[in-house]
Amino acid sequence: MNTHNSINITLKIWRQKGPDQPGRLETIVVNDVDTHNSFIEMLDHLNNQLILEGREPIEFDNDCREGICGTCGAVVNGVPHGPGKKMTLCQLHMREFNDGDTIFVEPFRARAFKVIKDLMIDRTPLEKIIQAGGYISAKTGGAPEANSIPIAQETAEEAMDAAACIGCGACVASCPNASAMLFVSGKVSQLALLPQGQPEAKKRVLSMLKQMDSCGFGNCSNHRACENACPKGISISHIARFNREFIKASIFGKSENIR
Amino acid sequence: MQRLENNIPDGPLAEKWDRHKMEIKLISPANRRHFNIIVVGSGLAGASASATLGELGYNVKTFCIQDSPRRAHSIAAQGGINASKNYANDGDSIWRLFYDTVKGGDFRSREANVYRLAQISSNIIDQCVAQGVPFARDYGGLLENRSFGGAQVSRTFYARGQTGQQLLLGAYGALSRQIAAGNVTMYPRREMLDLIVKDNRACGITARNLLSGNMETYVADAVILATGGYSNVFFLSTSALSCNVSAIWQAYKKGAYFANPCYTQIHPTSLPLLSKRQMKMTLMSESLRNDGRVWVPKNPDEKRAPNDIPEQDRDYYLEEKYPSFGNLVPRDVASRNAKFQCDNGKGVGPTGRAVYLDFKEALNRDGKEVIRRKYGNLFDMYTNIVAQSPYETPMMIYPSAHYAMGGLWVDYNLMSTIPGLFVLGEANFSDHGANRLGASALMQGLADGYFIVPYTLAGYLGKNGSAQIKNDDPVCRESMNAVQQRIEKLISVNGKRTVDDIHRQLGKIMEDHVGLARTETGLKSAISRIRELRGEFWSNVKVPATTDSYCLNLQKAGRLADYLELGELMALDALNRGESCGAHLREESESKEGEALRDDENFCHVSAWEYTGDETAPSLHKEPLVFENILLSQRSYK
Repeated sequence: MNTHNSINITLKIWRQKGPDQPGRLETIVVNDVDTHNSFIEMLDHLNNQLILEGREPIEFDNDCREGICGTCGAVVNGVPHGPGKKMTLCQLHMREFNDGDTIFVEPFRARAFKVIKDLMIDRTPLEKIIQAGGYISAKTGGAPEANSIPIAQETAEEAMDAAACIGCGACVASCPNASAMLFVSGKVSQLALLPQGQPEAKKRVLSMLKQMDSCGFGNCSNHRACENACPKGISISHIARFNREFIKASIFGKSENIR
Repeated sequence: MQRLENNIPDGPLAEKWDRHKMEIKLISPANRRHFNIIVVGSGLAGASASATLGELGYNVKTFCIQDSPRRAHSIAAQGGINASKNYANDGDSIWRLFYDTVKGGDFRSREANVYRLAQISSNIIDQCVAQGVPFARDYGGLLENRSFGGAQVSRTFYARGQTGQQLLLGAYGALSRQIAAGNVTMYPRREMLDLIVKDNRACGITARNLLSGNMETYVADAVILATGGYSNVFFLSTSALSCNVSAIWQAYKKGAYFANPCYTQIHPTSLPLLSKRQMKMTLMSESLRNDGRVWVPKNPDEKRAPNDIPEQDRDYYLEEKYPSFGNLVPRDVASRNAKFQCDNGKGVGPTGRAVYLDFKEALNRDGKEVIRRKYGNLFDMYTNIVAQSPYETPMMIYPSAHYAMGGLWVDYNLMSTIPGLFVLGEANFSDHGANRLGASALMQGLADGYFIVPYTLAGYLGKNGSAQIKNDDPVCRESMNAVQQRIEKLISVNGKRTVDDIHRQLGKIMEDHVGLARTETGLKSAISRIRELRGEFWSNVKVPATTDSYCLNLQKAGRLADYLELGELMALDALNRGESCGAHLREESESKEGEALRDDENFCHVSAWEYTGDETAPSLHKEPLVFENILLSQRSYK
């Protein structure tokens, strides 16, 4: 880890004006980077310099800067969200880099994710997958008393592990098949573990999978790159549970879409 | 001038809401599809309202600024959500939750609203469990609770340190279901820049498509704003970068009164500032104060590492000063005391603006595994940012702007002074008075969206019918032109300072004079300095001239323009309120022990400000606060 407070770096950063325009890596030298800053604060600092020089700032999505909203993300030196383990880009700090480093920064790439501008991508396909059944149909007001169905602590904890997904898309970007399987399985697994999720379990898994396929995501071939890239450390054991749910549903269920 | 009619129903406190629901009008299922509703914001309040209204059969259009409704800042709430279930069998009840919330808010909220909130709180937990929210559970499989600041009972439900995320994903699931069913149309990456008002009725919005830069108008029979809080006026706050005041500020300028703008919560447990270029503060959940002990070295010249400082040289000042609540005093009290210690030179860390939050005792008592299960993600987050492990060495924390108790004034129906404009969640002023208790924001957002507005909106529509407005109405065109001109004006300044640079300067003024402690001189100087800075902004800001594709800096410039007006109103309101209450501490009004000293004789009211023009002072309307069920008392957590 770097111990200096200020370093100079060279960025090779992706610039693209719009979805249908060609993009390229631009070389930008950034001097006097405060190592207490996050990677994203470094980009803010750079953008303010670009604006004052009358150049176009680099557009990148970000919001909460606490690693929970799932908005930010870029491939840094070939790794989604960069070299930090189990963290989003906004939590990566410049102290992870050394003076004189050259850093490659690109958007998350996948057939299903179009580049909008610079590092921004369109993750609408993930929305579509959730809309296809990533929920429990519980009408407002009709719920039974919360403690009427006990759920074993370890089951609740496992459901929480699966539910921790922030929907950033790093799993897709890291997968050689650009599969969204970790994303889909997180939701399927969470709801399959809970008694409340049982009535729709079969329809859910089939419908979400169908939607994933039609959005242009690839299939899972057990590379495990997703698990490694996931900032929340979601395990591929949820993909295993997804597969079991899929087999159960294929044999015993119907494949109509759920409402 | 309009009289402030809060429309609180008659009758005993416990029967008001039920009685009101019986009295207000309904819309029959077959007629609901004829009504168009706009919801702006997709956090807990906006998503729960959209989902519920869609499910009821209304035609809903929902707008959010992010690429997905799941990214709203409710997602970052960590600690929990309160409900008066009394599962812990420790004496909780609707009445106690109501009382704690009114007292925590330093007796500056409406009894009727808060009581309704406490009544609804239990339904929220039922609803969320039914949606599959994985709340923490005990070994028997029943729901677990923990305690939070300002309460002596354990009534907080939680999902590790990610409660807001799980509740929002529950509401987002419900919303997604309605989107798929065609009942809700979702408009992401849209920023509301104007409210359309015709014949004294809110009937639409003008929004900018952030991807194409195009202006779009949408009309409806009612507009619901659930656009969150404006703590980013302080520049450094715990809010997400896109949180802003612009939607409610435009509504204010169209006639909605702005209530209690001076009440801002400064959260005691955020991470301290590590770099002068830092863009935001990171919050650590208040739940940490359950097991963490707050202390500073007794000696201001202390040089030893925290673990080397023996017990007798530590000052556990909260436990000392407030023996019955200890480390769990309300947020305003904890924040002020931290500032006091740092002002007296006892602060720690690289800047001397931090206090320790120490888990050593809890780790020794419960073991690392138990602590990890409770706070694991928070500890990881701290380690990522500060590069120190709270398992090994005490955390450093410092107060930071966090939550806006103020917001648009609403009546008991959550309707603003513009008929047809409803305001939910943090964007309104109701329920939290002068200080919000921990784990109450999630409760309020979901209460407003799931259980209150679906009733009161029907009451309004049943009485007033359709707005009968079309997209080609002249008011829509006027609104669109006005918004377009403002953007062109921003770009045309073409000066020498960036938006961030000017915003940081505004934040410093706010922090110094409209923050944890306020004085008459300080507030007056803040007002004149904000005015000057506003002049500087409109003559020297530099904004990229990108209007045909995504340009974050242009969005930020528009928001800062509004903050530069809001900041002045906050200072004016603080100046006007010559008492201390909750988060608003006027140094002229302190008790002998240095606590906030209220002046119920002169200030037991809501201050609601009416916009009268850019060049004229806003006019103040007072809604008296009447306490029929609770005896007003000086707050004490000793």
